[in-house]
Amino acid sequence: MGSLRPGLAAPEPRPFLMNVPRKTTSVGIVVFPGSCDEQDAARAVRRTPGLEPRFLWHADGDLGGVDAVIVPGGFSYGDYLRAGAIARFAPMMDQVARFAAGGGPVLGICNGFQVLCEAGLLPGALLPNTSLRFVCRQVDVLVEHPRCAFTAECDPGESLSLPVKHGFGRWYAPGQQLDELERKGQLVLRYAPGQNPNGSARDVAGVMNEGGNVLGLMPHPEHAVDELNGSADASRLFGSLAATLGAASPVAA
Amino acid sequence: MTQVAEAQALGLTASELGRIIDLLGREPNSVELAVFSLLWSEHCAYKHSKKLLRKLPTEGDRVLMGPGENAGAVDAGAGLAVVFKVESHNHPSAVEPFQGAATGVGGILRDVFALGARPVAVLDSLRFGDISTPRTQYLLERVVAGIGAYGNSVGVPTVGGEICFEPPYEQNCLVNAMCVGLARPERLIRSAAAGPGNVLVLLGALTGRDGIGGASVLASAELGEGEEDKRPTVQIGDPFEESRLIECCLELVGGELLASLQDLGAAGLSSSTSEMAAKGEVGIDVDVSRVPLREPGMEPFEVMISESQERMLCVVEPARLAEVLAVCRRWEVRATPVGAVTDTRRLRVFDGEELVGDMPVTALVDECPLYDLEPAEPEDRLAAFAPPRARLAPGAGEQEAVRAVLSSENVGSRRPVFEQYDCLVGSRTVRRPEQADAAVLRLALDELETDRGIAVSIDGNGRRVACDPYIGAAEVACECAANLACVGAEPLGLTNCLNFGNPEKPHVAWQLTRAVDGLAAACRALEVPVVGGNVSLYNEGPEGPIYPTPIVGMVGELPDVRRAGRSAFGPGDDRMVALVGPFAPSLLGSELARLEGRLEGRLEPFDLRRVKEALDVVRAAVRAGSVESAHDVSDGGLAACVTECALAGGVGATLDLEPLMRRAEVDGRTALFGEGPGGVVISGARETLLELSSRAAAVGFLALGTVGGSAIAIAAGTATIEVSLEDAGSLFESALAERLS
Repeated sequence: MGSLRPGLAAPEPRPFLMNVPRKTTSVGIVVFPGSCDEQDAARAVRRTPGLEPRFLWHADGDLGGVDAVIVPGGFSYGDYLRAGAIARFAPMMDQVARFAAGGGPVLGICNGFQVLCEAGLLPGALLPNTSLRFVCRQVDVLVEHPRCAFTAECDPGESLSLPVKHGFGRWYAPGQQLDELERKGQLVLRYAPGQNPNGSARDVAGVMNEGGNVLGLMPHPEHAVDELNGSADASRLFGSLAATLGAASPVAA
Repeated sequence: MTQVAEAQALGLTASELGRIIDLLGREPNSVELAVFSLLWSEHCAYKHSKKLLRKLPTEGDRVLMGPGENAGAVDAGAGLAVVFKVESHNHPSAVEPFQGAATGVGGILRDVFALGARPVAVLDSLRFGDISTPRTQYLLERVVAGIGAYGNSVGVPTVGGEICFEPPYEQNCLVNAMCVGLARPERLIRSAAAGPGNVLVLLGALTGRDGIGGASVLASAELGEGEEDKRPTVQIGDPFEESRLIECCLELVGGELLASLQDLGAAGLSSSTSEMAAKGEVGIDVDVSRVPLREPGMEPFEVMISESQERMLCVVEPARLAEVLAVCRRWEVRATPVGAVTDTRRLRVFDGEELVGDMPVTALVDECPLYDLEPAEPEDRLAAFAPPRARLAPGAGEQEAVRAVLSSENVGSRRPVFEQYDCLVGSRTVRRPEQADAAVLRLALDELETDRGIAVSIDGNGRRVACDPYIGAAEVACECAANLACVGAEPLGLTNCLNFGNPEKPHVAWQLTRAVDGLAAACRALEVPVVGGNVSLYNEGPEGPIYPTPIVGMVGELPDVRRAGRSAFGPGDDRMVALVGPFAPSLLGSELARLEGRLEGRLEPFDLRRVKEALDVVRAAVRAGSVESAHDVSDGGLAACVTECALAGGVGATLDLEPLMRRAEVDGRTALFGEGPGGVVISGARETLLELSSRAAAVGFLALGTVGGSAIAIAAGTATIEVSLEDAGSLFESALAERLS
């Protein structure tokens, strides 16, 4: 017991064990009390050649020179009051807003998406699922276009298998604003036809800001970077971020 | 009120009160009486089950911590320990299902991180009454919502579980929650208080009046009429508080800042202080006036027995106190020094300067009288239970029967339930619900990521245990072990929750005794040590007791998690289906018999050794990659088992059960729907399976047919069934979906 059977392939080398060059591109992950998926986000970043994660404590007021920011999933402050409503007031979020305004890439996943909407960094709001139930399910998500920091390497119409897990995931914006967002190409991720798990407007799964540097989505890309966990499709999104940042691939370095 | 009457109102007998007076050398005051009444309750003292539990084997090479700690721990290799335990929250859930279930999850998480382990998975075993009643639908809806609300927001995945619907659980539902955690073995921390002069620090939530009388009133008596009145005794959960408490405690343990750690569960401060003191062979002084309260004017006894959730108690060396408080501040976790460790071996309760309670620790923890059960086998084992409601005419053909079985609430898809749980957070989940017989998790903690895995499963079958407690309980352990074998895992340890009726009744005592004997025999045969568990007695409603329901949770190891087995038939050409094991189908106690409204008071005996050997073969085949699917035969028999493999794989199968009918000497109907331990349906490439057949011949190997097509077609003598995948899918998916809408 204990040893690998002879004849099995050697374990995959792990990015964080590789000989990383000294100058790396770092991705900050904001940690609130009640965050749940911050370790998963860090793992996804770590598995992306060229990127390394760094945790940012909600109460600190310094981004520490990171090159991109992820606001992770979970239940910040218990989601009491309203999902994301309290987290947006964290000192770190002021820094994230400033960073985003300067064109820095910011990704909000699930609860992070809710926080970014509450903070006004992204349009719309997240309402309770039409089923009024939490739903955890693998869905197909279609990428509309590559004009976003996180889809730069994707093909238009590309389908990604990603899990959703949320109770408040029904993205909503009023009709007129919806048309405008559509026209500007900000509705960058949609659930494949018939797979919308929450009743969001126009099957929207993810929305970007006008500049394309801020993306919020309800599906969890950080849970789709390893075939062993069900899908590795989201490596395309993290790979896009690395490409956007011009991150040196440690393998090539 | 006389003191005897006061004691009886708290659940103590007159002779127990006499013993307390002897032990104290005087009459107890009201604080002391409250503390004794809880620590001497069935829930805390196991006074009807302690002797019986000594029959269970607890030794094993891989056991790091056995029964006695907050949870059990086994060595999973690769420098990691698996910590796990199952516990019941039945009566609170029957009274207030949402909070009862939510705090059940919260409580079992605390048992695991009390050892310094990070909780990485939750599983639940649920029992409700007849699915068609409004009460069952209400309980199901709210229990599932409560588990989800707590587990999802605390960031621990719910990776598996089981649900069953039977009339005896109508009033007294069962909610058993199991938590699995991971730790570095050298970092495991115990609850024994140590070092007189050390500070006792209370962590977490404010203390309120909730749960007062919970452990003794709710868990140690039968449910009666007017249970709504007891709703205020059910605790309220706050997963956000728990999530900070988890991170805070793990940081404190990781920084080696604590001398010991203990959760506050049933009986609150009373039991946590006395258990810590008893294990450490020390004394504890606690000052209730320093405990942060949620409401003013609480009496000292109320503070001592409050069951407010999300609280932990730790022992800290004075030199480390400032550091501990700083970590707590960072996590916004309230931390208050409330007492000290002493060398008196007494639990002394102060209210400021005033001594309001003074009790020898051993009297509280070790001197509770233990009772011998008085088991008597009833003439009719099932006399206490109404027969199941018939839903299938006795003469109904097999084609009709298979449709009833697939759409049965006890067989059909659990998707409407498990989709309400986050099964992914933590990135360890390799097999999710309905992908395999057991949940599979990658062994990974913090920066350490390995290719090893663990598999976890939880199981029970009250109806079969009611038919024959000994055989039924042994079957439950076999079922769990089979689930593990199907993903390629070898059992490391077992936890159990014994849910039974009132043990003072001879026939319940008999069920309990026989079930523990059966469980012990199975654990020995399967070579699985029992590392912890819980007993829940007095599960009775006005209409009588529940089915005797031992629930077994098992953890196993996979040397290579990338080889974890699946239950789905594979897509390739020329795929063969075979049955491995000594499986001898019988309709006694089966799902089909239930649907026909029949229940007989017996089960077919079986040979535990042969089951173990068969599971060894299955496990080896899965690990070697020789099979593409493995799924054990369970509720609904082979017909249900094969259909589940087909639906999961999106491909049909054509089988002939004639070889099984011949070997087991049964008719076609029994071969299709009969149940029993020791059967695993496997599939794979024909050549590989034929190769396996020679090795597996000794444990039983029958080629049954092939994978392919878009229907499940099974011939069994004159009985045949044929169901299209589409049809089977909608029957299977509708079973619960229609009830949860």
